[in-house]
Order: sequence, then structure tokens, then C-alpha cells
Amino acid sequence: MNALRSFVLVASIATGIVATPALAHKASDSYLTIETSESRLSGRWDIALRDADLALDLDADGDGAITWGELRRRERDLAAWALSRLAVRSGGEPCTLGVQRLATDTHSDGAYAVLELDGACPAASTTLNVDYRLLFELDPQHRGLVRVVSPSSETSAVFSTDARTATIATTGSMLAQFMTYLREGVLHIWGGFDHVLFLVSLLLPAVLVRRRIAAREAWAPVDTFGAAFVDVAKIVTAFTLAHSITLTLAALDLVVLPSRFVESAIALSVVLAALNNLFPVVRHGRWVAAFAFGLVHGFGFAGALADLGLPTGSLALSLAAFNLGVEAGQLAIVAVFLPAAFALRSTLAYRRYALGAGSIAIVAIASVWFAERAFDIALS
Amino acid sequence: MRLSFSLAGAVLLGWAIAIAPAAAAPAIPVSDDVVLERLPESRDASIGTLKKMRVLLHAAPQDLRVATSYARRAIDAARTTGDPRFLGQAQAALAPWWTVADAPPPALLLRATIKQSLHDFDGAIADLDRLIALAPSDAQARITRATVLGVVGRIDDARRDCDRLESAVSALVSAACRGSADGSTSRAAEAERRLANALSSNAPSPPAIRVWALTIAGEIAARRGDAALAEARFRDALALDSSDAYLAGAYADLLIDQGRDADAVRLLEPRTRHDALLLRLVIAEARLADLRERLAIDRAELAARFDATRRRGDGVHRREEARYALAVENDPARAAGLARANFDVQKEPADLRILVDAALAARDERALEVARRWIARSGVNDIRIAAAMERRP
Repeated sequence: MNALRSFVLVASIATGIVATPALAHKASDSYLTIETSESRLSGRWDIALRDADLALDLDADGDGAITWGELRRRERDLAAWALSRLAVRSGGEPCTLGVQRLATDTHSDGAYAVLELDGACPAASTTLNVDYRLLFELDPQHRGLVRVVSPSSETSAVFSTDARTATIATTGSMLAQFMTYLREGVLHIWGGFDHVLFLVSLLLPAVLVRRRIAAREAWAPVDTFGAAFVDVAKIVTAFTLAHSITLTLAALDLVVLPSRFVESAIALSVVLAALNNLFPVVRHGRWVAAFAFGLVHGFGFAGALADLGLPTGSLALSLAAFNLGVEAGQLAIVAVFLPAAFALRSTLAYRRYALGAGSIAIVAIASVWFAERAFDIALS
Repeated sequence: MRLSFSLAGAVLLGWAIAIAPAAAAPAIPVSDDVVLERLPESRDASIGTLKKMRVLLHAAPQDLRVATSYARRAIDAARTTGDPRFLGQAQAALAPWWTVADAPPPALLLRATIKQSLHDFDGAIADLDRLIALAPSDAQARITRATVLGVVGRIDDARRDCDRLESAVSALVSAACRGSADGSTSRAAEAERRLANALSSNAPSPPAIRVWALTIAGEIAARRGDAALAEARFRDALALDSSDAYLAGAYADLLIDQGRDADAVRLLEPRTRHDALLLRLVIAEARLADLRERLAIDRAELAARFDATRRRGDGVHRREEARYALAVENDPARAAGLARANFDVQKEPADLRILVDAALAARDERALEVARRWIARSGVNDIRIAAAMERRP
């Protein structure tokens, strides 16, 4: 449907057509329904015969009509063509999909082939990742209208040539989904050495204070656990607050930064935090540094979350769960670190090796990361 | 690690909106001979040619001449059949040049044509600006740009393009261009006079140009309240090309405005393949007491088509949906919202009219203010709009 003037026909002035049709019917769509239960997949995929003909030339006798016989004889080609343009993954692992039966149906713009699907995933998961590429090279206006149905939920997505992938939550159980993202958050901070080293760099001096001893400034152990605890609490709170803000902003696409910049800045933050232990510049306000650099780390968390995919329908819940997972993982590190550091704070080994050599090592490692990430070179 | 989410990736619609195809059960036909689908080439031989050209295109996808002649023919097929699939295929043929800023002129012109028919008016204008900078005397580019500029309401710019055309094209094309730009403004009378002169001269002109010019002349006459002249123009045009869906729509609107709903139904019945014409059929049927059953069927079909388009995420139906909401569903608030969203994008006379009608019905002061500001700037020659504004409580 279209305005007359909004469809100026291209033709030479000589043949002179400058008129405009109202368009009939919609453009090309396919309708894909995927039902998931445990690790089983089933479903149906309705593909317009007009569209299938465009790719496969179904009209064997060239009479301008597609018969059931012509379609049926090409079932294998049709299935191979369609399935090669659809990938479904469950929890990151690819699922298999096959065509059980070929049938037909009608939609508002004509006849459709119906591929009845059957498949399996290696493991059940709370999210399904769908990668859809049907027809885009033949008709960029094509859309894939996909519906994912699980025993407890139903989610829809529209795929286009600019949007070929989507992660869709398949579990309606809020708790299960919450736990998934919580676990991912924990695993991310534990697995992300840059975040851990940044935190450790900030925490190492928390059980020490700078004191003037014999006219020289040097590290000395804090007197009470309370003093160390307050210092750590300030740092962790500032870091948490900062990265929660940027994680949310980035996850909601309100602020988008290039990942190379983010990753480089994270590496740099680790270098600076560790250097500060060797040549103290920031002494009492380490929480300020934790906040400032925490903003950068939040973008890094968002990148990890992006790779994981945020399901619709429960966006806020998943985001919150992931963030809480990050905090929980971080607190676990603190819970192990702080008592041990406090116990060792008076030893020379702590000051010399843990703080001194440890920080030097961290500076070295993080400098390599920085060089790799900022200049896109492989050093390690 | 790119910071793009599934959200930014695909447009996810959430839990509530079911994308399910109508829950019909798939069927296995009883015999191999059952015809499932008649392809468009069975109705139109030139589409068979298009299909054959696809072989050439696949063999040489980077060949500009092959690609542009394929795209041109596909756009033509979209026009004659009203089927938007052909636009997508035209776009696919132009893929190597689709995102290239300095694409060769023939590709730019086709790209702009496709973009504007997909309602990407800004994209179309940008391409045409580039093209006209390269080839200032390209008449086709200027007509196309004048048309798109008119659609988005840049009437002064559209008129300037028409002026630049004058020496390069026939008097009829030039008058139609002006009529298209000025036809709903305070300069409509002058535009109509020029069109009338050009139409009555004996200079030969291709039928398609004449149909275009007659349609514009008919619409201007209708806006001025001269229903008899408008009908004569539309009938002359239909005699030249009865398949022009826009023309049929304009004529149907005239009939509906005059309360000649049965005549409108007769005109539209054989043309319901076009969504915009099915809409007018439903509007006319809704005003005829003896067509209740037919109305129910056609209304369901129209709703299904709107629904199918909406599920794609297309916003190209807003004007029609606004009319539907106002005239059939009796939901002025929704109509006003749609009409305003539509008017943000396109500002043809029909867009202004539905905006005014819906805003008045819904007593939507903000929408009305949008219309009032527009009228203050461009003027209006539409007595129906003027009367509606008069009646305003």
C-alpha cells in the first residue's frame, strides 16, 4: 500500500511513466515457530512458494503454476536450502534440525510450503540463540517472523537483513532464568583476570597504611581489622556502583563504546592501579579510582553480557541477575583475600612479595594486555 | 565483544504478541496435480522475462548494465502488479551499489526510487541530491526528486525542481510536476489552469503521462469542490489505464465523499488485491446497510493484511490504518495518533486530510495544531479540509 506520488516510476521521460501504484499485499515474510521442551525441538516453518521459487525455481514445467507434485519432488532441495540458512543454538551449543514432513498452507499473500521441523539440542538451556539468514541475498526486504514457544513462555522476534541473530529466553521460570544470569555474572568476574587483577591491585594496600618511619615514608600494617574492612568496603562499593551504572547504560544500548577502546582502557586501569601500589600517588582516595575505573569495567561486563545475549520479556531481571552475579563473585574474592591479607599484613613477605613483586607482575601482565588490545598486536 | 544486544539485533516483540500464522493446520494436497500457486508470470508475460533475466544477473552480479536493467524491470513489475516483493528483488540486484556513496548515476536513480517506495524518503532525497549534483540536467532525477520532496512537504523545493525541468520536458509533464507540488496549496488554481491547458492541447503524449496528469488534475478539482470535473478527469484516465490502482483510489475517494458508496463498491470490487483499494471498499461497504455480510468478510481480510504488515515491523500503512481506525473501527483517538505519526513522515494532501479529520473527531488539540501550522505555512485549497476546520466545535 503506498501513496501514488510516493512511487515515482523510473523510466525514461521518453516512455514517460511517472505514476505510482498502491502496493498490494505485504512483502516477503516467512513464519517460523520453534517449540522447545527440555532439549527437544519441534516446529514449523512456513515459506512462501513465491519465495522458494525465487531461490529454487520450483516451476519445473515453466507453466507459471506450482503444483504439489513440483513442490514435493523438490522437498530435499527445499529443506537443504532453508535449513542451511537457519542455525539454532542452545546454551551456546548448536542444535540439529531436520524436516519431518512437507505440507502446505495459505497466508494472506498466497500459498506457503510448510516444513515440519524436528530436532535436538545437546543440552537444555534457558536461552535459545537463533541465527536467521533465509532469502536476504535475494530479497533484502524479506523478514523472518519467528516465534519461540516453550512449555512456559512464548517470545517473538522479527529478523531482517540487518538483524540476523537473536537470543530468546525459553524458560518462563523467573527463578531459573535469574539463576542462569547470576551464575554467568559470577563466572564472568572469576574468569575475567583483568577485573580480578584490578580489584586485587586496589585491595593489596588495604591492610597497610603509609607511615613516616625514620624520616622515610613506608608501608606499615594497619592496626585493626575494622580499618582494613572500611577501606575495602569503600573500594568495593565504589567499584560496584560505577560498573553497575555503565553496565546498565550499555546493556540498554543507551551508551555504546567501541569494544577496543573499552578493553584497552580496562587494561590501562589495571596498570595504573598496580603502579599506584609501587609509587603511591593516590593514597586515601583509592575508592575514587575504583569508581572512575569501575565505569570502564562496567562497559566490559556489558560486552560479556552482550555475547551472552539478553532475553526479551525479562530484560530487567536478567540484567539485575548478571550484575548481582558480578557482585557476588567479587565479594567472594574479597572474602578470601581480606582475612588472609590481614593475617599476613605484618610480614615482610606481604609487603615485599605480595605488594611489591605482585604489583610489578600485575603491571607487566596488564601492560601486555594494553599493548595487545590498543594496538591490535599479539605479544603473548 | 561488541556492545550490541539481541535487542539491537533483532526487533523482539516480547511475550504478548503472537506471530503465529493463523492457526490453520498444514495440509497435504490430495494429488500431485493440485495447483498450489499461480506465479505472477502467468498473468503478465513481462514478469516471465524478468525471471529469465535472473539467470543473466546471477552470471554477472557485478555488471552494472545487467543489474540496472533487471532492477528497472523489477520496479516496473512492482508497479504493474502492486507486489512489493519485486522491490526487494530490485534492491537485491543493486546490492553491489546499494550502500556505495558514489554509486554510478543509473544505480543512484534506481536506488532512490526503491527507497522512496519503501518510504525511506530521506534516503531517496539524499541519493537524488547526489545524482543531480553529478548530472544537473537529468530530467528523470528531477521529476523523481520533485515528487519525493512533495511527499515530505518540501513544496518550495519541489516547485524549484519543476521549474528547472521546464525546458527539458513537455508542457504536460511540466504542468503535472507543478500540479503535484502545488495542487493542495494556495497556488493550486494556477497549477490547475496550467494542467488544463496542457491537457487540452493536441500535443501527443504517452498514455502513462496523460494518466498521471489527469489524476493530478482530477484531485485538484475534487479538492476545489468541482466533483463533476474531477469525475470526468478520473474517467478519462481510467479509460487509458484501468489498472492504475492509485487512480482508482482517488476516484473512489471522490465517490465516497459524494455519498455514492454503491458506485465506489462497483469500482473497487474487482481491485481488492491492492490493500489501499480494499480499505476504500470496506469504508464504502460500512456505509451501506445491505452489505453487512460482505463487509464482515472484507474487513477481516483487511485486518489480516494490516496485521501481517505490522508484524513485519513496517510503518508504511499508517495513513491507511488511520483511515481504517476512523472510518471503520470508529476509534478516533487511535486514528489521530496514527495520522500524526504519519504526518511526521509524509505530508501529501491525503495525509493532511486524515490528520484533520482524525484530530477533529478525537478532539486532539495537539494534532490539530500540527495541521493548523502546516496550513498556515503552505495554504490549502481543499474545501473539505476548510469545511471541517470551520465546523470545529
